[in-house]
Amino acid sequence: MREQLEGSQAVARAVARCRPEVVCAYPITPQTHIVEGLSRLVHAGELAPCEFVNVESEFAAMSVAIGACAAGARAYTATASQGLLYMTEALFNASGLGLPIVMTVGNRAIGSPINIWNDQGDAMALRDCGWIQLYASDNQEAVDLHIQAFRIAEALALPVMVCMDGFVLTHAFEPLEVPDQAQVDAFLPPFSPHQVLDPDEPMTIGAMVGPEAFTEVRYLAHAKHLEALELIPRVADEFRSRFGRHSGGLLEPYQSADAKTVVLTLGSVFGTLVEVVDELRERGESIGAVALKCFRPFPMRELREALQGAERVIALERAFSVGVGGIVSADVRAALAGLPVQVNTVIAGLGGRPITRRSLRTLFQEARAGNLGELHFLDLKADVVERELARQKGGGRSGPHAEGVLRDIGAVAAGPV
Amino acid sequence: MSGAPDDQVPIAGRDGPSAEGTPRGAADLRFYQTGTFAVGGRLLEQSERTVQSDAERGNAITKGHRACQGCGEALGARYALDAALHAAGGRVIAANATGCLEVFSTPYPESSWRLPWIHSLFANAPAVATGVAAALRAKGRTDVRVVGQGGDGGTVDIGFACLSGMFERGDDVLYICYDNQGYMNTGVQRSAATPPAARTATTEALGRHPGNDFGQGKNAPLIAMAHEIPYVATATVAELHDLEAKVTRAMDFHGPRYIHVLVPCPLGWGSRTAETVLIARLAKESGLFPVFEAVDGRITAVSRIRRQVPVEQYLRRQKRFAHLFDGDGRPDVLERLQAHAERNIARFGLLGEADRAGEIELLDALATGEAGP
Repeated sequence: MREQLEGSQAVARAVARCRPEVVCAYPITPQTHIVEGLSRLVHAGELAPCEFVNVESEFAAMSVAIGACAAGARAYTATASQGLLYMTEALFNASGLGLPIVMTVGNRAIGSPINIWNDQGDAMALRDCGWIQLYASDNQEAVDLHIQAFRIAEALALPVMVCMDGFVLTHAFEPLEVPDQAQVDAFLPPFSPHQVLDPDEPMTIGAMVGPEAFTEVRYLAHAKHLEALELIPRVADEFRSRFGRHSGGLLEPYQSADAKTVVLTLGSVFGTLVEVVDELRERGESIGAVALKCFRPFPMRELREALQGAERVIALERAFSVGVGGIVSADVRAALAGLPVQVNTVIAGLGGRPITRRSLRTLFQEARAGNLGELHFLDLKADVVERELARQKGGGRSGPHAEGVLRDIGAVAAGPV
Repeated sequence: MSGAPDDQVPIAGRDGPSAEGTPRGAADLRFYQTGTFAVGGRLLEQSERTVQSDAERGNAITKGHRACQGCGEALGARYALDAALHAAGGRVIAANATGCLEVFSTPYPESSWRLPWIHSLFANAPAVATGVAAALRAKGRTDVRVVGQGGDGGTVDIGFACLSGMFERGDDVLYICYDNQGYMNTGVQRSAATPPAARTATTEALGRHPGNDFGQGKNAPLIAMAHEIPYVATATVAELHDLEAKVTRAMDFHGPRYIHVLVPCPLGWGSRTAETVLIARLAKESGLFPVFEAVDGRITAVSRIRRQVPVEQYLRRQKRFAHLFDGDGRPDVLERLQAHAERNIARFGLLGEADRAGEIELLDALATGEAGP
């Protein structure tokens, strides 16, 4: 039954139906509503048995999840942005130990400058932490991905991060279906850990490994990710057969099979992109889109197959690697190696800047006209940048860029520089 | 010491059982280490003997580990965890911080741990222990207890936020800090538990104020008490029975508990490997390391100093303080350290009614190395 729900509340309910036994919570915008929702469910006795642990930091949140999962409990937490970075060390540890923790990331920009709005710089910064990273295009998919995430995590003994765009999804109300308990129970069996701290069968978890075996242990993590590439589509298929809708998988093509230009993206902008593709197709343009649902592991083969017929691929990214450019683009270029496909990186929607249909239409016009460089920043206010660079070249104690730019655009009262 | 501070135990000579065939209890025995029971365990009733003297002890950390000769931490961890295992009927899970104890006990693919054991990171052992406890609670397991442990770096420095969080939430975890007063695993650097004047690789014995600065550092047991957790205790590896009794008592409580054990490190302290226990004893007897226990945030028992020794006797045995004795020496620094000990003595009431003449002879023999501990 569909209900009008906030994305975060729907995710909280979906997670509750996965029967987590330990939920660790530390507030950070825009994820907070999720753990608040779970707190209510636990305290009202609707989610039992479950221990809700209010911790003192995200680092502790992940550490409590590590202990809980190693002791055989299904463990969950949620975070975003600075919080995700603050738990960095524990994230690598959880994956290295092979602990199937599930975590929501309400994607948000990383400071400085501090910014609470959406982009995907947080999850992208943790690209190499060994977690599976799934990206939801919309809130229904966010709900469904959490249920799939526990299945995937526990089958592989790998942690899974479900990424949903902050505010755009976490705070958006829309009609959503949260699968009922019986359905979820039938899809997700109780947690049967590969390793557990048990006095009846004492086990050492987290031993030191030197050069004699470190490569092999790390390779095994890679091997499990390769296995995930097979498992994730199977889980999505089973989900569809049980729940009657498609969610997740490795990637989702839209009108891309015969398109000369294919726009690849992750997360909620896919919805906007689909609308623009429809508009442009009506005008006879050969354009399509692909949503990447799984960024780690990276579906090299599947992406190559999906994009090999295109002349141009535009990788529309909500994060970037300073000094290089696209993060996803690097993997896309690797996937298309040897094929005559041009790849343009477009960085868009940083720190909550809306990615509008109009901007996308203009972008695709420019691409068609051959005016798009290898790296393009959508809606960048070049004049503001030029003025700030000039100001700083004036020498002296010119102050931070952030304040300079804000003054320039009139967002703060102008004062002496 | 648990329930029976030294001064409540009659002490006199070095006699065995007084009545033939009737082993005496602790209260009746008379020898130097009464109250510590390190000597003469076989003279005690079975129920009063140490866990370590029990052939059926847990051997939580067993042979084959790579600790240095004379390692106080290996000794302390073995004492503490065996006592915890004994108290919990063998059903203990341990969460360990990164550090010497973790490294020397688990050289891949071997492990010295005979209990379920997890090492995650340097800073998060208390939180990992919380997670284990939460999992057990969710599963309705009341038979298994949780111990977190780490060195002083992992506890009072980098792990302090997680430790404080575990305390304030009331999580059912016994956390044990093995304090060797520095980052020994990384090559002897200063921690917030390094004492003033001590030389470490980051507080070199150079300049006008050689060694670690005065007026720094934190007192983790007192901070633990400020959380008003059910049980806090300090101990040293010199007093086996006391340490075991404290761990055993801690296991009687639920909720967060903290035991801070002084564990000399021959490598980092520059002490003789055979003197680990003696040096731990001198730390207590000088007043530099107060041994006490506290319930619900209030000190309830103190291990009295048997016969106060000048701090110099403790310091001279350690190369980390050698700069205090070179050339003309640093009587000014010694004076400050002695004042530090006196302050502890006054603050914790470490001196009993009077020195005990009967023990002086033996203690002197111990201090000069003429008798075994």
